[in-house]
Amino acid sequence: MRLNKILKNTLLVLTACLVLSACATKKEVATDIQGQMQGDVYTGTDTVEYLADGVPDRVFFATNESILTTASRETLRAQAAWLRKNPNINVVLEGHADERGTREYNLALGERRANAAKDYLMTYGISSDRITVLSYGKERPVDSGSNPLAWSKNRRSVTVKAN
Amino acid sequence: MTKKILFLLFILIPINANALIEVDITRGNLNPLPLAVSPLSIDEESRKGFEKILKKENIGSEISNIVENNLRTSGLFNPLDKKAFLQAPDIANLKPRFEDWNLIKAQALITGKVNYVDDKLRVEFRLWDVLAAKEMMALAFTTVPNNWRRVGHIISDKVYERLTGEKGYFDTRIIYVSEEGPKTQRIKKLAIMDQDGANNKFLTLGNELVLTPRFNPASQMVTYLSYFKNMPRVYLLDIETGTQEVVGDFPGMTFAPRFSPDGKKIIMSFAKDGKSDIYTMDLENRIVEKITNHPSIDTSPSYSPDGKYITFNSDRSGYQQIYVMRNDGSDVKRISFGNGLYGTPVWSPRGDLIAFTKLHKGKFYIGVMRTDGSGERLLTENYYQEAPSWSPNGRVLIFYRETKTNSKGEGFSAKLWSIDLTGYNERQIKTPTDASDPSWSSLLSN
Repeated sequence: MRLNKILKNTLLVLTACLVLSACATKKEVATDIQGQMQGDVYTGTDTVEYLADGVPDRVFFATNESILTTASRETLRAQAAWLRKNPNINVVLEGHADERGTREYNLALGERRANAAKDYLMTYGISSDRITVLSYGKERPVDSGSNPLAWSKNRRSVTVKAN
Repeated sequence: MTKKILFLLFILIPINANALIEVDITRGNLNPLPLAVSPLSIDEESRKGFEKILKKENIGSEISNIVENNLRTSGLFNPLDKKAFLQAPDIANLKPRFEDWNLIKAQALITGKVNYVDDKLRVEFRLWDVLAAKEMMALAFTTVPNNWRRVGHIISDKVYERLTGEKGYFDTRIIYVSEEGPKTQRIKKLAIMDQDGANNKFLTLGNELVLTPRFNPASQMVTYLSYFKNMPRVYLLDIETGTQEVVGDFPGMTFAPRFSPDGKKIIMSFAKDGKSDIYTMDLENRIVEKITNHPSIDTSPSYSPDGKYITFNSDRSGYQQIYVMRNDGSDVKRISFGNGLYGTPVWSPRGDLIAFTKLHKGKFYIGVMRTDGSGERLLTENYYQEAPSWSPNGRVLIFYRETKTNSKGEGFSAKLWSIDLTGYNERQIKTPTDASDPSWSSLLSN
């Protein structure tokens, strides 16, 4: 299965090389996107900020989904540990969607994503009193591009210090 | 902001029921009816009077231009070039020489006269059937001079109604969201303009994010979403007084508001714990009712014109689809079954159709289907477009479209567009800034 995928990718790159003279650049771009996305979930660190050393501020989602990935759960566990160490800090979870959806549905989707993060923080001992959820739908993209990589960076829930 | 102004309307002569011309608006009109809009005649004294007040050299011609422009943009009429007109406006209004108008292939003729009477604007106009050599309609209005644009729109509505058999949509306004700045920090303001793009005004300053304004079909009230104090809530705005208030007391985000057809309720979504449900609030007694109760996202509600049913958007099947239910939330039925995702259902003011946005294979479509989901018809396809809003007669849809580049070939751009129910006559509506989320008002005069 995995080997198949690699073979397929190699074939694709080879075909691209045959068709296009700018082979080197094409290959670079291809591997670059590959390295930053798994499925269509963003795995890079371009836009990520840190609440504290080793505590990333955001998690990313697949298109139309609000399920937390393994990496997202790891990030949120780090956030929960940091919040337990800093009991006076409250947070706002800002939920976002990409631009490829209708405005009102995306507002609801952003809310659902931020709540997925909230629920996970709560299971790691953070009181709901310390967490506010705020959805921006597709209104505040972090990357203004119109391509799959930009969209993957924009499908996110960002934990922001409220005080 | 806008004063209510009384229009006095007289019917000069009874309408002739045996006229020959009729425009069929149920089909795409590839042969718009050729018609002549003769400039409204004006005597020198009246011309000078209006020039002083309105700073317009010839108000008669200005009003005719509005009529001509409205009829042309409807796609149903083809106003002929004035240079070809043989008869002077004042004489034509008394008694057209039908042979002359026939010669330039006009099938209908609009003539009229403007007078300055007691500081008021008095306009009379006549619609003639050129082939039958008969008068079809004659009306007169008296109003304050500042209302001159509306006079042009009302004449257009009367002509449209007489020739198509259906109410017009020209004496109306559009409320929308004006957009400026980079995508990542977009500044959005509420804005309002006449249906033809004139009289554009901004209603908010852009300090907070505003979205999805919608007109009350029964008054000049508007409901919209504002991020005032970073709390997304549904607001009610009186555009005549500028007063506004938050709708209901919900412990979280309320969004996707619309009025009921009688204007007495607001229907909207309330999001909590990852679920969005549909609620109504009665504007008189402030009673809040929960209409849907489901772990899914239920949003974008829109009433049928009789108020008995609600169409809405839900992902209870796994993905965004369109549903219809009774107004108490019972009898929920999914109606969209085509390929792709469906959103933003809006019930036609005629009651027979639901307009929607569809996403399929990376493209966005504006389409219509019957209220049971049958007869799906896609009107326009593009990279990104959504949020259709009906003209009050249910014949035209206005929506917004985003393109990856603007006219300078850079950045991106969002503009308002309109399209006929037939799928023909797609037009951009010019706005001073980028624009989204349009909502069409009812007819201002009835």
